[in-house]
Amino acid sequence: MPDARSALDGASEAGFVKVEEMGLQGMITLRGDLAAEELQAAATAATGVDMPDRTGIRTARDGGNALAWMAPDELLVMVPYAEAEERLAQIQAALEGRHVLAVNVSDARALFRLSGGPQVREVVAKLCPVDMAPAAFGPGMFRRTRLAQVPAAFHMPDADSMVIVCFRSVAHYVYKLLCDAAATDSEVRYHV
Amino acid sequence: MSTRLAQGGRLLTRGRPVNFTFNGKRLTGHAGDTLASALLANDQLMVGRSFKYHRPRGIVASGAEEPNALVGMGEGDRFEPNQRTTTTELHEGLTCISQNHWPSLEFDVGAINAQLARFLPAGFYYKTFMEPRPFWKHIYEPFIRQSAGLGKPPKGADPDSYEHFYAFADVLVIGGGVAGLQAALAAGRAGARVLVMEQTPHWGGRAPVDGGTIEGKPAEQFVTDALEELTGMDNVTLRSRLMGAGVYDHGYVLGYEQVAEPRAGQAGPRHRLWRIRATRVITATGALERPLSFAGNDVPGVMLASAVRDYAVNYAVSVGDRTVVVTNNDDAYRTAITLKELGLEVPAILDARKGGGGPLAERARDLGIRVETGKGVAKVKGTRRVEAVAICNQAGEGAVLEEIKCDAVAMSGGWSPVVHLFSHCGGKLNWDADQALFRPDRDKGPTGADGDVFVLAAGAANGHLDLAGGLADAHRAGRDAAREAGFTAADATAPQAEAPEEMPLEPVWLMPQGAGVKLRMKAWLDYQNDVKVSDIQLAAREGYESVEHAKRYTTLGMATDQGKLSNINGLAILSDALGQPIPQTGTTTFRPPYTPISMAAIAGQARGETFQPVRRTPMHDWHAENGAYWEPVGQWRRPYCYLRDGEGVQDALNREITQTRESLGLLDASTLGKIVVKGPDAGRFMDMLYTNMMSTLKPGRCRYGLMCSENGFLMDDGVVARLDEDTFLCHTTTGGAENVHGHMEEWLQTEWWDWQVYTANVTEQYAQIGVAGPNSRKVLEKLTDDDVSAEALGFMGWKPITVAGIPARVFRISFAGELSFELAVPAGHGRTLWDKLMEAGAEHGVMPYGTEAMHVMRAEKGFIMIGDETDGTVIPQDLGLHWAISKKKDDYIGKRAQARSHMTDPDRWQLVGLETLDGSVLPDGAYATAPGTNANGQRNVQGRVTSTYHSPTLGRGIAMGLVKHGPDRMGEVLEFPKVDGTIVEAKIVEPVFYDKEGEKLNA
Amino acid sequence: MLMLTCPNCGVTGEESEFAPGGEAHLKRHGPGSSDEEFHAYLFAKENPRGVHFERWRHANGCGKWFHAARCTATLEVFGTYSAQTTEPPKDIKDKISAKRPGWSWREVE
Repeated sequence: MPDARSALDGASEAGFVKVEEMGLQGMITLRGDLAAEELQAAATAATGVDMPDRTGIRTARDGGNALAWMAPDELLVMVPYAEAEERLAQIQAALEGRHVLAVNVSDARALFRLSGGPQVREVVAKLCPVDMAPAAFGPGMFRRTRLAQVPAAFHMPDADSMVIVCFRSVAHYVYKLLCDAAATDSEVRYHV
Repeated sequence: MSTRLAQGGRLLTRGRPVNFTFNGKRLTGHAGDTLASALLANDQLMVGRSFKYHRPRGIVASGAEEPNALVGMGEGDRFEPNQRTTTTELHEGLTCISQNHWPSLEFDVGAINAQLARFLPAGFYYKTFMEPRPFWKHIYEPFIRQSAGLGKPPKGADPDSYEHFYAFADVLVIGGGVAGLQAALAAGRAGARVLVMEQTPHWGGRAPVDGGTIEGKPAEQFVTDALEELTGMDNVTLRSRLMGAGVYDHGYVLGYEQVAEPRAGQAGPRHRLWRIRATRVITATGALERPLSFAGNDVPGVMLASAVRDYAVNYAVSVGDRTVVVTNNDDAYRTAITLKELGLEVPAILDARKGGGGPLAERARDLGIRVETGKGVAKVKGTRRVEAVAICNQAGEGAVLEEIKCDAVAMSGGWSPVVHLFSHCGGKLNWDADQALFRPDRDKGPTGADGDVFVLAAGAANGHLDLAGGLADAHRAGRDAAREAGFTAADATAPQAEAPEEMPLEPVWLMPQGAGVKLRMKAWLDYQNDVKVSDIQLAAREGYESVEHAKRYTTLGMATDQGKLSNINGLAILSDALGQPIPQTGTTTFRPPYTPISMAAIAGQARGETFQPVRRTPMHDWHAENGAYWEPVGQWRRPYCYLRDGEGVQDALNREITQTRESLGLLDASTLGKIVVKGPDAGRFMDMLYTNMMSTLKPGRCRYGLMCSENGFLMDDGVVARLDEDTFLCHTTTGGAENVHGHMEEWLQTEWWDWQVYTANVTEQYAQIGVAGPNSRKVLEKLTDDDVSAEALGFMGWKPITVAGIPARVFRISFAGELSFELAVPAGHGRTLWDKLMEAGAEHGVMPYGTEAMHVMRAEKGFIMIGDETDGTVIPQDLGLHWAISKKKDDYIGKRAQARSHMTDPDRWQLVGLETLDGSVLPDGAYATAPGTNANGQRNVQGRVTSTYHSPTLGRGIAMGLVKHGPDRMGEVLEFPKVDGTIVEAKIVEPVFYDKEGEKLNA
Repeated sequence: MLMLTCPNCGVTGEESEFAPGGEAHLKRHGPGSSDEEFHAYLFAKENPRGVHFERWRHANGCGKWFHAARCTATLEVFGTYSAQTTEPPKDIKDKISAKRPGWSWREVE
């Protein structure tokens, strides 16, 4: 199979934080009864991480695997891109006969990493109507919201970086917004 | 003349000169100056002309309330009209020009209006320019527009950047004066997350100028100490140059920050719009001094008493050498004392009160200032500059007792709390008759999501004009706000403040109280809009009794300053004219923003490339590099056609269609919606969603389906593929994916929540490429080992294959009416597959085709298009789609609605084909006329064109339309008038123009 | 601009995260219903000044629908609750009664 391409081929730009398109991330939408043991077992087995709490995310230390809570009946299963089909098959096999929906959405999205320090919060706070104070939002939380004029989600792998997920078709729009929001000399210094 | 004093200026950094120009004149100020203080220091008292009468106008105030001193600032694309000099920080290289005059500030032709003032009363334009009617459009309006208006807008795009910022706070304090700081201390000490906003670059507000002591120390020391303590609190943020612009529902507050002045070489965004949510908002916004209404109160050199004091103390600027103070309260005595102590002349203080003032008056007398009580100004002498005041008894009609030479007048009519922010979201005010002011009603503030009041006024903004009372009130407000936001306030008392006791003011709405009409016609209320006392009185006489009507009739308070100085005086005059108490008249509505904010700040990042999201397919760059002529489809950009060198749009369309019909074309169909519907009840659900029977579709097969809204109208269409026993893949229109997915989830979540169905919108997971034309199978076979023959993959079948090494689904579906395959691959492989298809198709002359070629080809086949044949009022039955409406089903969304009497009316217009007799293309949307006229005298109509194109395949125009009884009228000729009045005749035909038997797409 | 709490994900967000969906607790009338019933179902919507029950979707969030009990005059939100119910739950009704004694909405009170 030829190599797949991410939306922006890893574009990056550095302002007061660095903005980079992360490349491809395997993603599986898993809808079903999140309280069901079998589903939990299949999801944790596919990723090696525990079930997240409501509006939470659990990430593996290497970052390639994660489980994010999307909705009361939906998880986002993150796995290495190349392994997405295999893990999907694994989940489907484990949940054979159960009422679940599992689909590969690895190519449907674009991911961005903001890095460089706690001021990554302020880039998000310029675009999303979310309280980005450390007391209100931090690592382990997964927030779906509006980013400027498109839906998006974000989480903090650690205190100094941010991962933003949006639909692939608006990757250019979101990247441009993030770069503008991270532009040198535009620090707000409200949260840091 | 106004000039810079040799010493002093608490906000100045002497020794750092700043150069700027005014009307081309090179002037110099100091770092720390406002533009207004720098202009005054250069004796530039007159800065513009008034809106209506073009009277010379000077600086009146020292802050946001300034009505007159507006200038055009900057140059070229950075030019901005109507900038307030009093709130503009002076910076090196600042350029500004005065406004509203021609040819020059000093000599202005429009000033003739001032001579005609008595012929230009309130409502003059409404009354005069009525008849004859055509004159309005062609003569009056162009003339008025030419002569009216303040600044002129710039023409080019704004080169600077602007942004938004979302912030959250437990307690938001608006105003950084001593009250705001004390409120912040009280809330901050309780542990609340506090944000304090101050519109100016300085903390402390008026207190350092006005004097008094706090805990035995000067007010300035209190400010320094408070700032130090607040800065040390992690839970408190102090932001200056950040104005509270508006207060809205549920604790939403807009803040307007002056971040950087790029034109002065500073980096960063120019303005930032803060979008704040606060649990409690404290408005510590202070109070504004009111002018007095006497004749000539607009002559340059007449200024608010507090402003005269501000310029002297803060900027070491004396507005005049001899300043007469005129007042109805004690506070203005401070101005006289300040000036005298600086060694300037104060020839007299005119106190309208018979009883005069208290300790401050004593102090003034001790300094040797002449104090006249019960006196006022009959008239100010001078035109471009105060020359003298004629004094009179306040109780009389203006008989001149004496003329006093002076070059400045400091006036004070009392103070009005800044209640704007408290009132924006519905806060109610009470009239305080003792102080003659409106103050917030603590119990009737704006309420939030929990139903509780969320705005608390504090200090002078709450009607506590004295230092001690203001601080105590602010302390209480800070504690209350913190407690209401869930924090426990520490046990602490408000700091003790001391200031000279003040005698009560006596309201003076007109000076002298019995002023005759000649004086009233020169007594200005609204400087910027040129509204005088006589105008309000005229409005009252003419029946404009509601304050809101009088406002609009006279334009009082409708200028860019929104009547900060004029409103209370105006409504007092109106109340007097109506013979009713002031609270009965009430105030006009306070609306955000507090002072004008830039449009660019409101737009924030939504400009240029990020004005709105533009959705791109994985092949977007290829299209852009290959001549795509873009068409917006929803938020997507799709190639309308691909232009080659020297080609027109029609040439390109003809080429793309002919190539596809004769050989091979590619379409980027990635934008089509793709939604997975899965579950034990998926079939049942699909039968409700679509008008036709979907549950009987076999895995591996596709079916075209129609989707209606509950009121029966056609909302979307597309091909459904059954992936397996309990999984369907629904294709939607390009613009419809999110809508249709939302529609599905709505029904599943809110009506049939017990059905076992899950959906997922996988639109963006796939790049989808339509491979169409007689050679499409040949090119596909080059790229796959899978069997895609007619036997292995018949029309309306689908199967998983590997193409160019990429896993794909191939659908044998066709919108072009040719043998055609749609290939869906993961989006990350879309561009690769596109390139491979272009390469493999080269031998067949492969070309991409755009949306318009697609439209023409589908119209040649008689296929409908959502949005062309449908407009939200069309049901499938109108379009001859009965074959796609199941009669076996008990129910589907829209079925009941389609049984309503109007929906089954045989007179509904029906879909037909239309062929012009002369082969031309019918105008889009043209109506077919019928004999007679309707009740409105309009031609009757019997149909309209819904799609119309030139068909290169048939070499003439083809069209579809909805026509009354259309299908029964084959061969009949209809008349379609064009915009130019000529008529096109078209024959009703079957809507399928090409390959009626479908041999090609079945190939 | 309102603040609403989505009962499905627990997020409190500003109105721009949500999409309004009109009156809550409509009973669907399909084939077999009378013209009057169907007309009332489609078009005769409540538009009160005061207590109202509405549908909202957390469109830019978890994507789920929910109900909100709200005062259209003061914008007070009495509570939000599951969309999978045919009438307001008791605790919401009690809360409204405490704040707006004597309120009623359609047949609910």
